[in-house]
Amino acid sequence: MAAYIELDNVSLRYPGGDVLALDATDMAIGEGDFVAIVGPSGCGKSTILKLVSGLIHATTGNVSVGQREVRGPSKGVGMAFQNPTMLPWLTIRENVMLPLKIVEPFRHEYAAKKKTEFAERAEALLKKVGLAGFGDKRPWQLSGGMLQRASLCRALIHEPRLLLLDEPFGALDQFTREELWSIMQSLWMDGKPTVILVTHDLREACYLGTRIYMMSARPGRILEIRDVDFARPRTLQMTFAPEFTALVQHLRMQIADSRGTVVEAA
Amino acid sequence: MKMSPKARQRFLSVMSVVALFLIWELVCRAFGISDLVLPKPGQVIKVLIERLPALMPHATQTLFTTTVGFALGVLAGIVIGVVIGSSKLAYDVAYPLLVGFSSIPKVAVVPIFVVWFGAGTVPAILTSMVISVFPVVVNVATGLATTEPELEDVLRALGATKRDILWNVGLPRTMPYLFASLKIAITLAFVGTVLSETVAANRGIGNVMMIASGNFDVALVFAGLFILAILGVALYAIFSFIELKVTGWAQRKTEFAMV
Repeated sequence: MAAYIELDNVSLRYPGGDVLALDATDMAIGEGDFVAIVGPSGCGKSTILKLVSGLIHATTGNVSVGQREVRGPSKGVGMAFQNPTMLPWLTIRENVMLPLKIVEPFRHEYAAKKKTEFAERAEALLKKVGLAGFGDKRPWQLSGGMLQRASLCRALIHEPRLLLLDEPFGALDQFTREELWSIMQSLWMDGKPTVILVTHDLREACYLGTRIYMMSARPGRILEIRDVDFARPRTLQMTFAPEFTALVQHLRMQIADSRGTVVEAA
Repeated sequence: MKMSPKARQRFLSVMSVVALFLIWELVCRAFGISDLVLPKPGQVIKVLIERLPALMPHATQTLFTTTVGFALGVLAGIVIGVVIGSSKLAYDVAYPLLVGFSSIPKVAVVPIFVVWFGAGTVPAILTSMVISVFPVVVNVATGLATTEPELEDVLRALGATKRDILWNVGLPRTMPYLFASLKIAITLAFVGTVLSETVAANRGIGNVMMIASGNFDVALVFAGLFILAILGVALYAIFSFIELKVTGWAQRKTEFAMV
């Protein structure tokens, strides 16, 4: 079976720059997978997300999603970033409902259903992430962790088949982050979208990912692909188990090695 | 005496105006300044009240000209601002041109308008229009151009068109910028109108002041200035009020400060 997302010998050089952001990368991601991409800063992790969503074009090679070559911006792909970017003039519920205003077929029915079915849907999702009763609040009344939960809801409200997460938990404190891991896991297990998570937190990658791609420093290259087969749902307890710690340690050493070679080369 | 912070702020505003007039009056008396040079405020107010029936038509003329010119200027400003704010290329191309236009002293364009349209209301409207366009263009364009790139990515990955992004994100987030510029533009619009009325008109406060100064009726000149100041403050207050209603979400800090 062909993979849902395929990168075939993809490299990317940003226009006007000599720097190769991504070098000859191959990836095959199955439908419903939760893939974590880890690596040091500037290794082209975020570039992969932009390529998959069609926001930028590969310099060489092919990117395809659902057996179709990506030629322009995708439709209906959910995205969340480190910065929750909530719109301050809307309530949290209205912010979460934003994709319904844009993506078909919801867009069509938005005016008719925004006060009934869509609002209930947003509330249900907010409840799942622990924000029940916060729908009428404004973004500035919520903490960073709460905004990030809302941002996840916004990425998922239209039940996308593909969800792209760019260090969504990067700016949060350790406790909030671990809590959101568990929420993210259950959101994924509910709808089984295909998820690509970019992170530099190795524990996060091991906790959430079914498969981990390790990237080297610039130019980004895949160093190692690692399937993670701990049972689901994973718990915080499991992250202290010896197998888990060993995996984190192994990945950490890989990054250290790749950095070492870079230093020697320079 | 106990006052809420808001009431105290109002009280102090009024007191500062009263204090200014008092000092002015005292300075005039203490140094025996001639009425031809600087009339006392009491005298100006007396003239203002006595001549009010004669001044009113001129005041309404100036107010009318200013609001029409301002409205046209804001409309043009929003359109130009949206165009150059939504495209990096248009922004880079049009900006030097705009700065060039805005650097032209507006007093220099009045004679051109008079040649084109004759003396009277039309050049006054046009002058107040061109003078109020620039701040609106700059602010609207800035508001649009500074949309968070991440938010744009989120929307584009959903399949949003440029128009979707403009409508759902660009324009709403530009509102505070727009209102800030309206408050600058409305006072500038008065400057434009009076400028044109002074040069080429037979009605309006600018014209009254021109004639009064020719007759050495300095108190009347100052009465004209007072009227302009009052009109300016009134329109400014109206826009501040609308701003509070429309962009309350951007004003939360002052709300907190009041609590």
